[in-house]
Amino acid sequence: MGKVSSLKKQPMPEQEPEKRIRNFDEVALGYGAGQVVSEAKRCLQCAKPGCVQGCPVGIDIPAFVKCIAEENFDGAIEVIKKKNNLPAICGRVCPYEDQCEKFCVLGKKGEPVGIGRLERFVADDERKKGMRVPEKANASSKKVAIVGSGPAGLTVAADLAKLGHDVIIYEALHKPGGVLVYGIPEFRLPKEIVGAEIEYVKQLGVVIQTDVVIGKTITIDELRGEFDAIFIGTGAGLPHFMNIPGENLCGIYSSNEFLIRTNLMRAYKFPEYDTPIKVGKKVAVVGAGNVAMDSARVALRLGAKDVFIVYRRSEKEMPARAEEIAHAKEEGIMFKVLTNPIRMVGDENGWVKKLECVRMKLGESDKTGRRRPIPIKGSKFALDADTVVVAIGQKPNPLIAKTTKGLRITEQGTIWADKNGKTSMEGIFAGGDITTGTATVIEAMGAGKRAAMAIHEYISQ
Amino acid sequence: MCRIVAKKELAPTVKSLTIDAPLIAKKARPGQFIIIRIDEKGERIPLTIADLDVLQGTITTIFLEVGKTTKHLGSLNDGDVLADLAGPLGKPTEIKKYGKVICVGGGVGVAPLYLEAKALKDAGNKVISIIGARTKELLILEKEMRRISDELYITTDDGSRGHHGFVTDVLQGLITKQKIDMVLAIGPTVMMKAVAKMTKNYNIKTIVSLNPIMVDGTGMCGTCRVTVGGETKFTCVDGPEFDAHLVDFEELMNRQRTYLEEEKVALERWERCHH
Repeated sequence: MGKVSSLKKQPMPEQEPEKRIRNFDEVALGYGAGQVVSEAKRCLQCAKPGCVQGCPVGIDIPAFVKCIAEENFDGAIEVIKKKNNLPAICGRVCPYEDQCEKFCVLGKKGEPVGIGRLERFVADDERKKGMRVPEKANASSKKVAIVGSGPAGLTVAADLAKLGHDVIIYEALHKPGGVLVYGIPEFRLPKEIVGAEIEYVKQLGVVIQTDVVIGKTITIDELRGEFDAIFIGTGAGLPHFMNIPGENLCGIYSSNEFLIRTNLMRAYKFPEYDTPIKVGKKVAVVGAGNVAMDSARVALRLGAKDVFIVYRRSEKEMPARAEEIAHAKEEGIMFKVLTNPIRMVGDENGWVKKLECVRMKLGESDKTGRRRPIPIKGSKFALDADTVVVAIGQKPNPLIAKTTKGLRITEQGTIWADKNGKTSMEGIFAGGDITTGTATVIEAMGAGKRAAMAIHEYISQ
Repeated sequence: MCRIVAKKELAPTVKSLTIDAPLIAKKARPGQFIIIRIDEKGERIPLTIADLDVLQGTITTIFLEVGKTTKHLGSLNDGDVLADLAGPLGKPTEIKKYGKVICVGGGVGVAPLYLEAKALKDAGNKVISIIGARTKELLILEKEMRRISDELYITTDDGSRGHHGFVTDVLQGLITKQKIDMVLAIGPTVMMKAVAKMTKNYNIKTIVSLNPIMVDGTGMCGTCRVTVGGETKFTCVDGPEFDAHLVDFEELMNRQRTYLEEEKVALERWERCHH
């Protein structure tokens, strides 16, 4: 250090767009060892680091970056893993630009330190060498049940296992990982990496039981009889539809169906894998969040010729990460903004053939702070599409809310919990999207960390 | 992993598998279903529950071999294991005393119908059953249905057993002769549609159990969505049973045909490898 830091981040090596739209391999290839050290050396090692406050799980960022600058990669991952059990996942899907990197001093004049990319490098480096399992506290003889194996559940499970508690995770689907396996595509988060980090959680002693639908196979009340505490992290896995005429025509998917078929069921390898997926020539993806970008990019890789994002606001209001929007554009995804579908029209066999839309303009800001879209009179027009993916958001899974008497549920259908994850019922904690509505992987992990501490205190009383 | 403990061949293309699943056996109620996946590369498919044994901790499913997955499943034997089995899913049938009910079952739809008809009988209803199949070899659970029904009628499309014709022929005769309080129909969509059309004219409450394509079966994907009374419902969590007079059967049948080509590809590929 000492020298004036470069204004720009080391560029992330990536697969070329023309090549990557024909495969499901990871787009970002990761820094090389030389690059990672150069990037780490840009860090000014601030006395009062803002980055740490921006991290939902509170990683000692300057400490691990310093280790990397000194080429001590093992030391770096050790620092990270004190706080984060899933670093290879976070190093790929965290919205760093809104968290740690947002507070980096270098960001004022140029680009912030590529903290996410550094985290990814050391996590991958450790995985290649073989992950070490940390020391655990003595066995406590306390039992905790975790419902849902997404980012929140895995975090709670790992933290409590390290503290010496017996932890069982119940997962409804056949594979653990929640949104990490059913939602986020392979080219953004390889399932092998998710598998390896889940393996690490298992090595801590956590038992994962798949195919158990809590609320159906076993109820929360039954779990209460057997466990000292319960954590509910069932996420926001239910799709919203637009509720417009024609939405149940063939060829119209929720983003959840589209991504579950592709990611969890591996439909892109049909017929080697049994689950099919059908994608036509012209695909319309309604919505502009990360899930919409993922769906559009999946459609392209499944062979669609034209893929467009249909969004009722303008590009400025798009909820997706800038990086994802940029990737989508590089790959040739088209953007039809200020456009709102009002009806889906089918052919004689009940297959979608076009979207009837109206053009929109932006009005005053609404309660989300974004300008409200207003239909322009007489602007109706049709867009040809033989496949439509509705990616306008998810809502919380109601299964537990419906089957657990006494659990306080909010008007939005989320489980009510305080900032430490305590619900209205004694011994029952909750966190992640089931309490907040849709958020990010790292926010769910942050909620998981706070809940793990609260649970530890509760059962250690 | 779930072990198959007994296998029966009810007809060359109709198999019954009894599977070790103590948690599900304890919880399942008539009308609910399960999701299975045979192996790592398998698809998730919903199957009905034909019987359960709480003491043995087993459930029994009966299915018709129509495509790759059901043929593959039908080739398994006692001692084989399924990669995945989840359930019980969906809402149970509303069992109460209606009075006089007619239970209509077509093909392997008789399998889930049996548990529901039995529960309706136990709840004090007079149960009249009509079970039908294409031909007599495909007729299942006749003995079981006879035991729990006050009256049992049989139909076959080809006349090889019972009435020569459709279940609706017999249904028509029954509902014109007497007051019926409820009709429960489970079978191919086209049969349920015909039943619904007929009972609507007589204003008889009618329940059907729908069988759309599903993936997760827990409310996540929306593959199984159907229009009921003008609203979109998810069969897996809002159903599988709905008021027959409100279901958009045309839309359901269209959606069931979504993957016909792919189903053919998968089946041909499997048969090439296994014959």
